[in-house]
Amino acid sequence: MADLFDLLIGKETDKDYKKKPVIVQGITGKFGSFHTQQMIAYGTNIVAGVTPSKGGQKFDQIPIYNTVKEAVDATGAKISVVFVPAKFFLNAAIEALEAGIKLLIAIPEHVPIRDAMITLDLARKKDAVIIGPNTPGIIIPGVIKIGIMPATPFKPGRIAVLSRSGTLMYEVSHNLSSASFGQSISLGVGGDPINGTTVIEAFDMIRNGTNIDGLVIVGEIGGDAEELLAQHIIDTKFDKPVVAYIAGRAAPKEKRMGHAGAIIYGTYGSAESKVSMYTKANVPVAKRPAEVPMLLAGKMSGKKG
Amino acid sequence: MRLLEYQAKSLFADYGIRIPKGLTSTDIEQGRKDAKEIGFPFVIKAQMTVGGRGKAGAIQKCQNADEFELKYPEIMQKVVKGEKTKAILLEKMVEYKKEIYFSLFLNRGKRCYTLIASSEGGVEIESVKNQVIREVGLGDVAKSTAEEVANAIGLKDNNIEEFVNLVQKLSKLTIEKEAELAEINPVAVLNDGSLLALDGKIIIDDNAMFRHDEMRKFQQVSELEERAEKSGFSLVELDGNIAVVGNGAGLVMSSLDMLSDHGGKPACFLDVGGGATTETVYEALTLISKMKKIKGILVNLYGGIVKTTTVATAFIRAYENKIIDVPVFARLSGAESDKSKEMLKGSRTKLFDTVEEAINAAVMGVSKSG
Repeated sequence: MADLFDLLIGKETDKDYKKKPVIVQGITGKFGSFHTQQMIAYGTNIVAGVTPSKGGQKFDQIPIYNTVKEAVDATGAKISVVFVPAKFFLNAAIEALEAGIKLLIAIPEHVPIRDAMITLDLARKKDAVIIGPNTPGIIIPGVIKIGIMPATPFKPGRIAVLSRSGTLMYEVSHNLSSASFGQSISLGVGGDPINGTTVIEAFDMIRNGTNIDGLVIVGEIGGDAEELLAQHIIDTKFDKPVVAYIAGRAAPKEKRMGHAGAIIYGTYGSAESKVSMYTKANVPVAKRPAEVPMLLAGKMSGKKG
Repeated sequence: MRLLEYQAKSLFADYGIRIPKGLTSTDIEQGRKDAKEIGFPFVIKAQMTVGGRGKAGAIQKCQNADEFELKYPEIMQKVVKGEKTKAILLEKMVEYKKEIYFSLFLNRGKRCYTLIASSEGGVEIESVKNQVIREVGLGDVAKSTAEEVANAIGLKDNNIEEFVNLVQKLSKLTIEKEAELAEINPVAVLNDGSLLALDGKIIIDDNAMFRHDEMRKFQQVSELEERAEKSGFSLVELDGNIAVVGNGAGLVMSSLDMLSDHGGKPACFLDVGGGATTETVYEALTLISKMKKIKGILVNLYGGIVKTTTVATAFIRAYENKIIDVPVFARLSGAESDKSKEMLKGSRTKLFDTVEEAINAAVMGVSKSG
């Protein structure tokens, strides 16, 4: 199991400790260029961009290469963030994995399920981690921001936030920050049916972090990620405080609620099913985002007492 | 995209999976012609995506012309679990020995396709105990796996070969059409050992539709939902009177939940997405204005990707151009929210600091207006 903090922060003895180099695929697009500037402003060490046919040019001092391989050879980066349109995602991802990228943050939404599955299959063979598709990215407040999230909701701290939704990750993190619960990491697994990294896997990648006092899981209807996580918490006797939020209680069945993954078939994917499993795992579920820090405070004080 | 039974069956036929003789109509004139062509007795089947049609009387046997004149209009008027009949399939009745179950579906948790088969067909698979389940990667089922499954559900002799064929055909369909689910329930085992798909359920990956123009004809979203899709956002129409708009699917769902908790009735789910501009938000309001029952609009916007001023401009323009005439209750947080507040001062758009306050005001405001 890859250690996310090791990939994103590194060890104190690393030359690039807290300055891990990142490549941007699709750096010259409208979306990619805007967010590249935002990431640089936050302090992320963006070392290269990739746009086929624009190799040799520069974007805001950042050298552009035609291929990921050239960018990796020139910079040694192991992290790439992909901004290309969904139709071109599969090729971009294959190229990155073949070039030796070990952590791929897949921003585009509407990537076909089959393309995501093929990418994931290759990533497993290459021992690489995919976050997304349809993810807002990852932020370690104060250290690194890789993705499209605004900086303002996040404050450094010791709570890990794992989310299936982008804006809800911002909303919940903002609520936590306002209640003096900063975050050691906020990560969006993506709103698609197939996640390169599932909620459980993300959970396992960070659970042993010495910088984590508690966890917040932001979920939504559809799939069985919450049910599986709840069972996993029970099975592995995870004993740090965990609080959950689930969006979509009022959603009708068999209607896709924006996210490709947010759809209820029968009871599969329903909020009731998720809440009942969380209850078994002793994880309280907030009714609204603003309730998350209250429940967390309750869990934390219960833990101390 | 969830296909109707007759649409799923037309794909089955394309892939060489046998189906009963059937014809689809949307009015009784055509229905009478279809009835003549098929010949009595046959089954009248309402075409709708919800389950439980049989119990609800939306599938009925028909023996003769008198019955047909009564039952066709009755089934055409059926509403099951809120869904109306979209078309009527008349299907020749067949005699068979037994019914089995077979499906391939995308298992999200395991991130692979899963094959499910059972010797009990014709009932909801959730209620069946003796399921045979195999993980099959990207959906390609090996012949040996299919044979093993055939044995496991108790098939014998030439049934086994027929089943292996069926599995391979459905597997090809699933891969080529990029289905999230392809289910045949029941598969009828005929007296001569051949297999026939008596019902079919297929869900196609919406995100892969750009590669499948041939299936566009199956799309049955409402006019408004289609227009929303073209503009790059997602719209789901609901029964209430308060339109719910936001950026990000999770955030809009969350707003919908809180509105319902406060006794409000959402009229729609509208996610304007991450790349929204003044134009797309204006288009969103135009869409909402076409829904007759709207009494108010709840907006929950978390800025950052979208500048809140973008939305503020769209509201001002929508009122100026008389696109909307109902109050807007908005929470615009994030980038440039102070500027947005300034812009909207004195307008019919009321701004709130938290979504809870906006929802309270929306529920109060709408109930007052009756």
